[in-house]
Amino acid sequence: MILHELISYDLLRVIWWGLLGVLLIGFALTDGFDMGVGALLPFTAQTDVERRIVINTVGPVWEGNQVWFILGGGAIFAAWPPLYAVSFSGFYLAMFAVLACFIVRPVAFKYRSKRDGYSWRNRWDWALFVSGAAPALLFGVAVGNVIQGVPFHFTDDLHTIYEGAWYAKFIGLLDPFSLLAGVVSLSMLVMHGGAWLTVKTTGEVQKRARAYGSIAALVAVATYALAGIWLAYGISGYRIVGEVVADGPSNPLYFQVERTASWLSAYADRPWIAIAPVLGILGGLLTFAGLRAGREITTLLFSKLAILGVISSVGLTMFPFIMPSSSDPRSSLTVWNSSSSHLTLFIMLVVTVIFMPLILAYTAWVYRVLWGKVTAKDVTENSHSVY
Amino acid sequence: MEFGIVELSRLQFAMTAMYHFLFVPLTLGLSILVAIMETVYVMTNRPIWRQMTKFWGMLFGINFALGVATGITMEFQFGMNWSYYSHYVGDIFGAPLAIEGLMAFFLEATFVGLFFFGWDKLSKVQHLVVAWLVAIGSNFSALWILIANGWMQNPVGAEFNPMTMRMEMTDFFAVLFNEVAQAKFVHTVSAGYVTASVFVIGVSAWYLLRGRHAELARRSITVASAFGLASAFSVVLLGDESGYDTSLNQKMKMAAIEAMWETEPAPAPFTAFGFPDQAARETHYAIHVPYVMGLIGTRSLTTQIPGISDLVAQAETRIRSGLIAYDALMTVRAERDATPPEVMQTFEDHSADLGFAFLLKKYIDDPRQASDAQIQAAAADTVPTVWPLFWAFRIMVVLGFGFIGTMAYFFWRASFRQMQYPRWALHVAVWMIPAPWIAAEMGWFVAEFGRQPWTVDGVLPTAMSVSALSMTEVALTLAGFVLFYTVLFIIEMGLMLKYIRKGPFQDVAETEAWVARHHNRLAGRRNADAIAQPAE
Repeated sequence: MILHELISYDLLRVIWWGLLGVLLIGFALTDGFDMGVGALLPFTAQTDVERRIVINTVGPVWEGNQVWFILGGGAIFAAWPPLYAVSFSGFYLAMFAVLACFIVRPVAFKYRSKRDGYSWRNRWDWALFVSGAAPALLFGVAVGNVIQGVPFHFTDDLHTIYEGAWYAKFIGLLDPFSLLAGVVSLSMLVMHGGAWLTVKTTGEVQKRARAYGSIAALVAVATYALAGIWLAYGISGYRIVGEVVADGPSNPLYFQVERTASWLSAYADRPWIAIAPVLGILGGLLTFAGLRAGREITTLLFSKLAILGVISSVGLTMFPFIMPSSSDPRSSLTVWNSSSSHLTLFIMLVVTVIFMPLILAYTAWVYRVLWGKVTAKDVTENSHSVY
Repeated sequence: MEFGIVELSRLQFAMTAMYHFLFVPLTLGLSILVAIMETVYVMTNRPIWRQMTKFWGMLFGINFALGVATGITMEFQFGMNWSYYSHYVGDIFGAPLAIEGLMAFFLEATFVGLFFFGWDKLSKVQHLVVAWLVAIGSNFSALWILIANGWMQNPVGAEFNPMTMRMEMTDFFAVLFNEVAQAKFVHTVSAGYVTASVFVIGVSAWYLLRGRHAELARRSITVASAFGLASAFSVVLLGDESGYDTSLNQKMKMAAIEAMWETEPAPAPFTAFGFPDQAARETHYAIHVPYVMGLIGTRSLTTQIPGISDLVAQAETRIRSGLIAYDALMTVRAERDATPPEVMQTFEDHSADLGFAFLLKKYIDDPRQASDAQIQAAAADTVPTVWPLFWAFRIMVVLGFGFIGTMAYFFWRASFRQMQYPRWALHVAVWMIPAPWIAAEMGWFVAEFGRQPWTVDGVLPTAMSVSALSMTEVALTLAGFVLFYTVLFIIEMGLMLKYIRKGPFQDVAETEAWVARHHNRLAGRRNADAIAQPAE
């Protein structure tokens, strides 16, 4: 096959870096509100009917949304194999905790209302709460760690070795900056869940969703700004030293990397990327205002803008780094040294260009069919067909 | 065998994968059976078929939830526990996994919600389309995962790149149309169809034995036995095709399954029964069926199938050739672009055997320093443990023929005996329910255990594929998975049994309206009530 030469290797790498962002953002925009709704479940709904209303706002769609997570795993595997290998084995126990949540959540959704009885349902409600809140927090913690660099290095034959004992590896993830990043992520997704519930519910439940959602929006904006200040003054960045071969073989050991004073020097080199953090903060504030004002659809859009801004600000700030190594900067994963081969990136791009529009089209159709508020009448009258 | 991180990681993978496959076959088959039932409903408008669709759809949903939940583990644990594998073959292996997400998971997961929630929001035909999309999505996911697995068995369309120290794709279509993958795909989905058919017949038989829901049960048996009979033939035929491919591409696996220690004159006999003894390289109390093995394995009377001893000797030759490649690779790695062309040439001549040199890594850090004894030990390692393969394969095959017999019997009674079934047959059907699961797990065991000591046949040894994790970490997650999966399994079985006992939900108003509408036409028929009356 020579067709893949049509798009140069370095351009394909940048495209796939962008698609990695699209996947993460797609996941946060869709499954994000499922997690937020789970985290809000105990706060917005008291009676069983109220809880079922809240659960059924995401009932028909969480399954499709969760595929963004699975596709994220598959796409990282296909397009960024070293990233897939290093990150998931490195964050091993944290990853297990996330998996545990994503295993319990489908079961909780499906099984909760299949039996009567307070203790059965209450137990599953707890499961939904934890499996919504914990991954939302952990994803942020992971990003916090990646920003600071992760302690790993490659051997000559590219085995990944992690520094430190297993417990240190796990506890070490929970440093103050990463926890702050975790709070940003959790509050952002709770805000998104609140905005979603505002659209899909009425009455008391909606009122509570707006109250808690607006608090979450403020927390998200405040912690995000705080993390930005911390990043400016307290955390060092990374940069590639010497010639940057953007279309060379994907071998992380072929580059030299050094620490810099701050990641934020990127804003001096590429001032236009400031649009991302501005969007993040502005979106968060507008979501707060929208929730207070009782706007529904617009608020959900603002919330999406905020998420788009926050997530893309991380990627744009770090470019071309994807996962720097704190203990052996030379081993850092960047856009130029950790992708799949030229041919694989090309084939995967063709497949994505064919299927992504299809996916977006039928997902939009499904959301349209399911459009409208979930009411007490819906869940009581259809108790054999809804959750 | 010492028990280290490799064995523990293998145990975890085997446990999570086999557990996942408790739910997958039923999803594959039941999604199609439900879509068929709904098709009949849309064509005939009879409420009983809608009731059937909803009832089996409900059981499908309970099963589907766990299939999805346990599948998530599969998508991520290559990176978690097999990070060197992920690095080494991710360029090829990752693609089908990602395409599976794009093409299959989104389809099934997006529409499965609509299947359950959309009955009042969609027209009949729209809902039917949704049901079929769920079924197609599920089956597509099997296609891509088997393309990925097929590549592990027969790694075509890829070559080693010394600059990146990994395998890279050279021909996507070779990976896609890998004959091993295609045969495995049809074999596996057919096994899923058989599983669902046995399940539907078994549950229906239980209703008939109890005198409950006879209308639903009889119709369900009719649909499932027809579908199951075709699938049972398919599963055995494509199993044979897989066997043929194996004898071409994975000769050691074939020899181990057949406990064929020495090369026999063609056509080789088939060992129907016996007790393989690995140390002595012979099979005690063996019962041979002449010619059969040669015919299945080579489809000829003259081609020889190599025995284990000859294959070990071949492996030793390949290890020695691999060492030449390894030595050249060290130069390439140090010199990069400045590598002398003759060294590059040497590497390319021997790179196909590089994986065999890696077999020595288990014994010594630098394979070039290996002694003759170590090389012989590594060559002997290419033989998987024979007796479990020998038996698992035979159990699978016997069950496979059992399914053909059962399905044929029920199909015959459904078609030519007015859907009447003797009680003994119904009892057999109920007891048959676990059999397809046993067969499917045996099949996966043969495929994966038979490939040992490789993760990718001839390319990457299992021992090299693992992540650099501590025993504690893997032990913790393994314990977590076991605990988790056990609890979920108990809950799942509890709900499944509850909903089977409860029986179908019957929409009384709709049924009565339909009977009233068709009153005149029904009155003219002898067994009018048998056509449309509600079950209870």
